[in-house]
Amino acid sequence: MPAKSKYDVVVIGSGPGGLAAAIEAKKNGAEDVLIIERDLEMGGILLQCIHNGFGVEVFQKDLPGPAYAQHFINETLSLGVEVLLDTMVLDITPQRRILAAGKSSGVVDIQARAIVLAMGCRERTRAQIRLPGMRPAGVFTAGTAQRWVNVEGYMPGKNFVILGSGDIGMIMARRLTLEGAHVERVLEVMPYLTGLTRNFVQCLLDYDVPLQLSHTVNRIIGSKRVKAIESVQVDERWNPIPGTSEIIPCDTLLLSVGLIPENELSRKAGVQLDSLTGGPIVDDHLETNVPGIFAAGNVVHVYDLVDWVTEAGYAAGKSAALFALHEREKEIRHVPLRADETVRYVVPHSLDKDSLAEGNVRLQMRVKSPVESPVWIEVRSNGNLVARKAEPYARPGEIITLTLTSRAYDEVQKATDLVVGVVKR
Amino acid sequence: MTTEQSELICTTCPKGCTLVISKDGETIVDVKAGCKRGKDYAHQELTDPRRMVASTVKIEGARHPLLPVYTAAPFPKPRIPELVSALRQVVVHAPIQSGSVVLPDVLGTGIDILASRDM
Repeated sequence: MPAKSKYDVVVIGSGPGGLAAAIEAKKNGAEDVLIIERDLEMGGILLQCIHNGFGVEVFQKDLPGPAYAQHFINETLSLGVEVLLDTMVLDITPQRRILAAGKSSGVVDIQARAIVLAMGCRERTRAQIRLPGMRPAGVFTAGTAQRWVNVEGYMPGKNFVILGSGDIGMIMARRLTLEGAHVERVLEVMPYLTGLTRNFVQCLLDYDVPLQLSHTVNRIIGSKRVKAIESVQVDERWNPIPGTSEIIPCDTLLLSVGLIPENELSRKAGVQLDSLTGGPIVDDHLETNVPGIFAAGNVVHVYDLVDWVTEAGYAAGKSAALFALHEREKEIRHVPLRADETVRYVVPHSLDKDSLAEGNVRLQMRVKSPVESPVWIEVRSNGNLVARKAEPYARPGEIITLTLTSRAYDEVQKATDLVVGVVKR
Repeated sequence: MTTEQSELICTTCPKGCTLVISKDGETIVDVKAGCKRGKDYAHQELTDPRRMVASTVKIEGARHPLLPVYTAAPFPKPRIPELVSALRQVVVHAPIQSGSVVLPDVLGTGIDILASRDM
């Protein structure tokens, strides 16, 4: 269970964006910062990206993914950020109430003054690129294979074809080769490389893995397990060119065909998404259209360098902290106004403590049931009378107005809440 | 004297600049690069190509069966297959800290193998 029911900043996700956001939120004055992570450990996808190349911009060092993550995990913990692991966020409301659940954390129902969305993205699958052919075992996304090979210790196959020249695809070509598998080739539907050039050099050229541009998978062959794929060359409109198909024997097809920001929760919170990026529409503070809800990292748009995700996380974390501190100030300045059992409702719902210094404040209410005799309309704080007004009767059909004046100023300063009620005179 | 020109893609940083190398026989006479690191890379790549290598070793007593590891410095490229075989023989025991030495002076290269994370 989380230690508190209300937090300054709650960060959803503990990948590089979420960790950076939590760190910067703390450094900018947010006291209670909570990260909610659905995995058993922090770090996000960096934990399976064991290759080097992270941190060149942020640290001027060439680190593997887990080491890059470790740096931020350590900083997060040393700053006193609270972390809920193995906990899935189920719902976020536009009022920044968060509902989550997990085996050890139980049902979590908390209020955040500010939220940073850092859910990252997930891989496009076979269904999303409409790959025709049979449906045998042996078709994986590159990231799934990466998790198996680098974290869980399974080899997903022996003979690979990789569709897509994105970074994960090329990096997996090298990784699988080092682990003793054979990578037959990498196919790319675009007429150009879609990943970083240095990965083409270090992952494909270094290990003699052929790359075919303007080529895609036409068909998957195999009933129980992939036996082969049929590749085909495509024109600039991705139409197959007749006579160019080739059967390539393999037992595994990896798909490295793009990432999609993961925004189911954002939608539930009423966050508007950009149809092009698939992520929230944000301003320069990385705030979404919902006040107090910020977003950073691959959940906004897919980055090619983790260093930029960290930078975005810092920016969102800082903005979220400033928003939360402003909310806190408002909460301290505001005292809630409530109706007791005799009154149906009172407007306004809260009162700025400084308002009475500037002028009168008019409270308007309706009683629950008719009282056909003289009454006091009272405002009390912790039982002490703050103000009252005499009325000859009180009827639900007629709004009753009570004006608070500067005479109530001192009592209101001490109040934690103000309760309105009707008593017989 | 004839100067031959060739191209090389720099892998030092994610920019991936194309370096233009002018050679006179075996001697590099000029490198057109985006920055100084590119020039250094070209000289290194043409005389003694090296790569950062990341892989995994077996770990016991941890949440996962594998510990990610990496070379503390760029490793001689021709010996990478040998390095991977050597790493297959390594078994470490949890707990281990990120950056600690898993295998010192691997294959007599003077390069240490480091843990990539706490586990």
